[in-house]
Parts: sequence; structure tokens; C-alpha cells
Amino acid sequence: MTEIKDRIAAASGPEEPSGPPALGLVGWLRWTWRQLTSMKTALVLLFLLALGAVPGSLVPQTPIDPIKVSDFLAAHKTLGPLYDKLGLFDVYKSAWFSAIYLLLFISLIGCVVPRLSVYVKGLRARPPKPPRNLNRLPGYQRFELAEAGDVIEVATRELRKRRFRVQSYDGAVGAERGYLREAGNLLFHFSLILALVGVAWGSLFGYRGTVLVVVGNGFSNSVAQYDDFTPGRAFSGDDDLPPFSLTVKDFEAKFQEDGPQKGAAREFKAQLDYQQTPDAPEKSYLLEVNHPLKLDGSSVYLLGHGYAPRVTVKDGQGNVAFSGPAPFLPQDSNFSSFGVIKAPDARPETLGFEGFFLPTAYIGPNGPVSVFPDDLNPELVMTGYYGRPRPETGKPESVYQLDKSKLTQFQQNGDKWRLQLAPGQSAQLPDKAGSITFDGYSRWVKLQISHTPGTGLALAGISLAILGLMGSLFVHPRRTWVRVREEDGRTVVEVAGLDRGPERGLGDEIQAITTALKPASSSTQEQP
Amino acid sequence: MSPEAYAQVSNLLIPTATVIYALAMVSHAMEWALGRAAVAKSAAVKEEVLVASDGAAVSGDPTDVPDVPAVDVPAVEEPASSERLDAASRIGLLLTWLAFVLHLGGVVTRGLAAGRVPWGNMYEFSITASLAVAIVYLIFVQRYKLQYLGLGVTFVVAAVLGLAALALYTPAGPLVPALHSYWLVIHVSAAAISGGAFTVGGLVSVLYLVKARAERRVLAGGTMAASLRRLPSAEAMDGTAYKVLAFAFPLWTFGVLVAGPIWAEHAWGRYWGWDPKEVWSLVTWVVYAAYLHARATAGWRGSGAAKIAIVGWFVFIFNFVGVNLLVSGLHSYAGV
Ligand code: HEM
Repeated sequence: MTEIKDRIAAASGPEEPSGPPALGLVGWLRWTWRQLTSMKTALVLLFLLALGAVPGSLVPQTPIDPIKVSDFLAAHKTLGPLYDKLGLFDVYKSAWFSAIYLLLFISLIGCVVPRLSVYVKGLRARPPKPPRNLNRLPGYQRFELAEAGDVIEVATRELRKRRFRVQSYDGAVGAERGYLREAGNLLFHFSLILALVGVAWGSLFGYRGTVLVVVGNGFSNSVAQYDDFTPGRAFSGDDDLPPFSLTVKDFEAKFQEDGPQKGAAREFKAQLDYQQTPDAPEKSYLLEVNHPLKLDGSSVYLLGHGYAPRVTVKDGQGNVAFSGPAPFLPQDSNFSSFGVIKAPDARPETLGFEGFFLPTAYIGPNGPVSVFPDDLNPELVMTGYYGRPRPETGKPESVYQLDKSKLTQFQQNGDKWRLQLAPGQSAQLPDKAGSITFDGYSRWVKLQISHTPGTGLALAGISLAILGLMGSLFVHPRRTWVRVREEDGRTVVEVAGLDRGPERGLGDEIQAITTALKPASSSTQEQP
Repeated sequence: MSPEAYAQVSNLLIPTATVIYALAMVSHAMEWALGRAAVAKSAAVKEEVLVASDGAAVSGDPTDVPDVPAVDVPAVEEPASSERLDAASRIGLLLTWLAFVLHLGGVVTRGLAAGRVPWGNMYEFSITASLAVAIVYLIFVQRYKLQYLGLGVTFVVAAVLGLAALALYTPAGPLVPALHSYWLVIHVSAAAISGGAFTVGGLVSVLYLVKARAERRVLAGGTMAASLRRLPSAEAMDGTAYKVLAFAFPLWTFGVLVAGPIWAEHAWGRYWGWDPKEVWSLVTWVVYAAYLHARATAGWRGSGAAKIAIVGWFVFIFNFVGVNLLVSGLHSYAGV
């Protein structure tokens, strides 16, 4: 029984590799290819893929969180460089991970292409002859008749009714159904290739960037305007970017005001005006999480938001050295936001400030914190620094960090000088160094703009794969035979079948077929 | 009813359902204990038959060998104990149905209290996922004769519910904006139902391994523990596990490789970003693909495949529990 199943599996599935390689290069190559496309190799490669994917979820990944990676490198002096060599900080682009899935897909192609031609041939093939010993098959039934009559015709009709494909042989019929199983299986594997091509396409030709825009300001789509930009390997530059521009007119956030989830975000909305091209008419759009704006295949997403205090700094000579909004970055869920204000043009000494914007300030035992994400009691709490004017270096500097290496902190009464301002208030700097005014604050939004071609292909691939999978898993191929023969002068009818999938209930079907055959021509009684 | 009233009803129904699942578990435990006692009495007779039939009775496909000799053995056991055993089994199933109805009510009222689908945080996902386990079990219990799984299923569901109510409880509230999407509804329900099926398939595979080992021991001339005799043949359980997992796999594929990416595309602007949750969902998928391959690979059929199914189940559970608690990512829920 198992023997027969195995033989059939071997005939339809790929052959297991056997024996050592034949002599010669060709033989050896053929052997390697057979190894690579065997079912066991596929199994091993699937395991390796699963195993190889795991470290990327445990070790910080450069494309996801570069800061965590540098923290990790700083904290682990021996492990860090080792991980780096192994590509563990960028697992999914590492050579070894790529090798696993490329091998898997080569194996997949090598496996399904031959099976496709076997299948196409098999489609034209007729259901096979009954094996010699039907009584060794499951669900075997036999009964006797006075004469054969039209048993074969009745059987043919009955089997056709049961959606079998039927072939008559001398004194017997062979029937088979469930051809769609293998079709589904092939469709599944081919569609996986399609989906992978779609994914690869997107990662080659797509791009993704983020930019922080203060409400009231604008953005136009060119590489230089992004804070952070990741092109695909085959992305060529500004020519590949659709030339749209947008202005953030307004932003609104709503938070839970009471209850145990107080402070949890409930709603974010940004009002945009945009132009598809420089001469296109201006349109407006309400940008929300889950509702990106689609422009020429690129999509604009609302990723985050925060506060940008508007500050005016006057230097010791009474000139305005800085004026405008400075985006501060939220540090906790209540938007205690850290930021810096730089006035390198202040004279006689340059000025710099560092500290927090607190949307709902509360002076607790550990100093000022924000206790709610919305702006119920906004305050600016900062300390100041001064230093010698330095020549412009032209080196880009982070706008979120103050290089304090050549600066001195303001002191007052032997203590660090600190300002705490509500909107509209001003403070004088110590030693007549100038003044700072907290004019108010704006909100900013973080936008992500991305284009991922091939998404449709990937989606079509995986959807077809599911369709194929259903055929593969839920269609149950079955063979059935009916044979009439003479035995010691009596007419014996035998019915038997064979499942090629894990379906059960073969016995019931054979029984039903047998019953259908009997009344039409039965004159003698059955002999089980 | 007001949201608060719904929340109160839900908070009443969930613990009640937990207790009744626990009672169902006790009933099924009694069934196992009675099975031990009942079969022990007829053990001697059956052993002879099993050995005499040359192993066909225990290793053959029930459809290949329709008359399993062990069934034809004249019942030496007292009918009373068999009746009690059946009663314990039936009471267990009945209690499971009752608990399920209350559980369903608890999940629905939770959704009504929050004004959205009830899987916005880990408490809610726990009560919904355990509901999915119960649903899959109750759908398949008659068709695939899964009564022997009652103990395992009620234990898992009662434990998850109890843990959720005691350790993970979060009061009902609306969703954070990233979770506002009907793709979330589709994605999570597909993941939950396939997770329920992974659990049922995993439990069947565990029992398969136990039974297969016992059968091998019988073939080698040993004896089978009394309580294991009442389990279906190992081959039948292998088939059951396959069917349940074959139901789960396309659904999981759809849930994590179609609905999930579509939602991620809407919410985060990329359909796949190797977020830890995504990685572990893919690992789960690959392990079950390996399971389906193993069933067609010589040397891996049977026990090898069953072990992979159990690994897949653990990977799924780690994805749900471990990744949420240990690894930070975009998928972290509000109020874990
Ligand atoms: C990306 C890698 C692959 C995945 C995710 C995958 C997945 C699957 C799945 C889910 C099935 C079950 C469907 C069924 O039973 O018909 C299956 C079956 C099958 N796969 Fe793959 N596969 C992969 C690669 C391969 C490779 C490389 C081979 C060739 C060695 C292969 C050969 C087969 C065969 C012969 C079956 C049919 C088994 C049977 O008759 O039950 N697969 N595969």
C-alpha cells in the first residue's frame, strides 16, 4: 500500500537524489543540480530562511534604526565589530541571507519547470489501466453477476457523474480526477517567483524619504529637500522624482482627555495644499494616518508630529540674531520636546540655547516635565551658552544638537542660568549678552514620501499563490478502477481506488459506486 | 446600553467563561482518568489482538483496513464505566459550548464598549485569539472527531483567558490612529483564526507523537498505556493535523502576506519593513511551508512533519507574546 503511494509520488514529484555523482564534469554538474532541486534541499533551505530571518528581529538594523545600531556598537566593543562583519546589522541585505533565498528560488525554478512539462503531458494522458491485483488496493469491493451485461457502461456513466475522467480498457475502466491539485501546486510556486520579482523591482527602483515641515511651511519634491532619503539601487536622482510641491496649512491632534488611557493619541489631521507640477492648479487634501496622498505614483504619509517654539533672540548689540520656529523632538508620550536654538551670528559673542518645550508644563520634584501631549499649559525651559564667533566651516551640523565644545554656559548668582517662559514672555541674558523672547509655537509634521513600483506585481503574485494553494490543498486526486472478468465460469466485478492526497472517505465512494453498479445488472447475490 | 454598561457586562462575562472552561477541563480530565481505568480492565485481551494482527491494526490507515480488530474485541470493561466516560466527554463538550457562548458575548460587548473591533491591545487580542481557538475546535470537533482534544483545548483557552483577565487587563478605550483601518479588521481576524487552527493542529501533533511512539512500542512487542488506546490511530491524527493546518496556511498567507502588507502600506507607507512582528510572521509562514513539504519528503513524513508543526506553533506563540513583550517595533500595542 505505502509502496504504491510512494511509487506514484515518485512519478509525479521530483525524484530524490540517489547515489554518488557519476564520473566527469557533466555528471557531477547534473548531480549537483539534482541535489539542489530535490525536495530535501528545499526543506533545508526553507529552514535556513526561517532561521536566517530571526537575528534581524533581535539585533538592531541599520535601515530601521541607525541610532540604535551605533548605540549597540558603542556598548559592545568586541561583539559589535563581529556582528558588523557578519552583516547582522543589515541582515536582509546581507550576502548570506541573499544567498539563501536566491538558492531557494533557483531550487524552486529547477523544481517546478520540469514538473510543469510532466504535468502538461499528464493532462493529455488517459487514466491508467487497473493494476493486476485490485484486491490490494484500499476500499476493494467485489461481487458476482450471472453475465457481464452493461456493467462497464454503467460504471463509465457513474464515474463521469462523479467528475472522474474515464478511460475504457479491455474489460475494465480506469478513472481519475483531481488534476487541479498539481495545477494549483504549480501555480502556487510560480506565483511566488512573480511576487519576489515584484518585491525586487520595488527595492531597486523605488525611493523613500522623510521630511519635517513646520505648519505654514512648504516642501517641494527634490532630493536636497529631504531630511533623510533612501533611494533604491537603480534610482537615478531628481529626474525620477515627480515634481510636486505642497504646503502644510494646518495640523490638528486630538488626545484622550480623561480615563486610564489619558493622553493616548486619538486623531491626527494635516491640511495640505499641493500642486502636482509647478504649473498645475493648487488643490487641497486632508492628510490622515492611514490616508496617504497619492501623487504620480508617489505617496505622502503622515508619520508623526511635534512642536516648534517660535523664538526671537537679540544679541548684545541689540540686533536680531535668530528668529523663527525651531522644531523640537518629542522625548516621551506627553511630548516633552527637546531642542536647541542657535544664533551663530550673534555678536560680540555667539549664542546657543538648549532645553525643553513642554506643551503641558508641570514643575515636579524632578524638574519641569510635560504631563499631557496637548498644549494646555505651554512653557519653554532652557539654558544658554555663549562663545567666540567661529568661521563658517560649511560642514553640515545637526539642527537638533548644540556643539558645546567651544561654548561656555551662562551663570547667574553662582548657579546655571535658566529660563522658563510662557508664550509672549521674554528673558534678559546675564551680563547684557542679549535677550530671548518666546513668541509662540507652531506644530510640525513629519512626512514620508515614497514610491514603490512593482507593488501590484507582488500583490498579484501572492494572490495567485493563495489561489493555487487552495487548489493544491483542497483538491483531492483520486483514481478508481472497475474491472469485469471471468473466474471459474462466473462473472466477477471488482471496484477499487487509490487516493493520491490525504483525503479520506475513499471507502465510502467505492461503496457507493459498487451499489450503483449492482441494481442495474445484478441477478446473483453479492459475495464480499 | 452605554459603553460603560457594555464594558461591565464584558468584564463579567470573560471571568465567568474562564471558570466554565476550567470546569470543562475538569470534566475532560475525568474522561481521561476514566479511560485509563476502563481500558486497563480489557488490556490483556486487546493486547493479544493487536499483536496477532501483525501491526496492521495500529499502523494502517483506517480506510485501508476498515475493520480495526481492536474495535471488535468483546467489551470486557464494565458498561457503567464506559457510560460514565462518554458522559464526562459529553459534559466537557457541553460546558465548552456554554463557555464559548459567554466568551463570545464577552468579546462582542468589549467591542461595543470600545466602539471598535476588540483587538486594539494585548488584553483584547488575548481574549479574541483564545476565542479563535475555541471556534476552530468547535467547528472541527464533530467533523474530525476531535473529542480527545477537549482537555488540551480547554486548558489552553482557560489559561489564556485567565492570564488576560489577571495580568493584561486594560480598560476599554478607542484606538490610536495607526489602528484605524478596516484592513486591520481583516488582517487580525485572519491571523487570529489561523492562530486558533495552528493551536489545534499543534495539540493534535503533540498527541500524534505520543500515540505514534506508543504504536511503535506495541509493534516492538511492548504494551500501550491504557489512556492512549482511546486516541485515534496515529495515522488518522496525522491526517487531522494536516487538514487543520491546510485550512490555516492559506488563511495565514492571506492575513500576513496580503492584508498585513496592505495595511502597513496605508499606515506606514511601506508594505514590508522587516519589523520584528513581520519577521516572525514570515518565519511562521516559512515553518508551515516546511511542514507541508516535509509531508511530501521521504524520511520526514509522520513524526518529522509533526515536530515541524509543533515548532510552527511555538513560533506563532512567540510572535504573539514574546515579540510584543521583548522586542520593540511599530507593532507595539497601546497599553500592553
Ligand atoms: C519559496 C520556497 C517555497 C515555498 C514557500 C513552498 C511552499 C510550498 C507549500 C505551501 C506547499 C504545499 C502545497 C501542497 O501540498 O501542494 C508546497 C508543496 C510542494 N513543494 Fe514547495 N515551496 C517552496 C519551494 C519549493 C522547492 C524549491 C521545491 C522543489 C524542490 C518545491 C516542491 C514542492 C512539491 C513537490 C510540493 C508538493 C508536495 C505534495 O505533493 O504534497 N517547493 N510547497
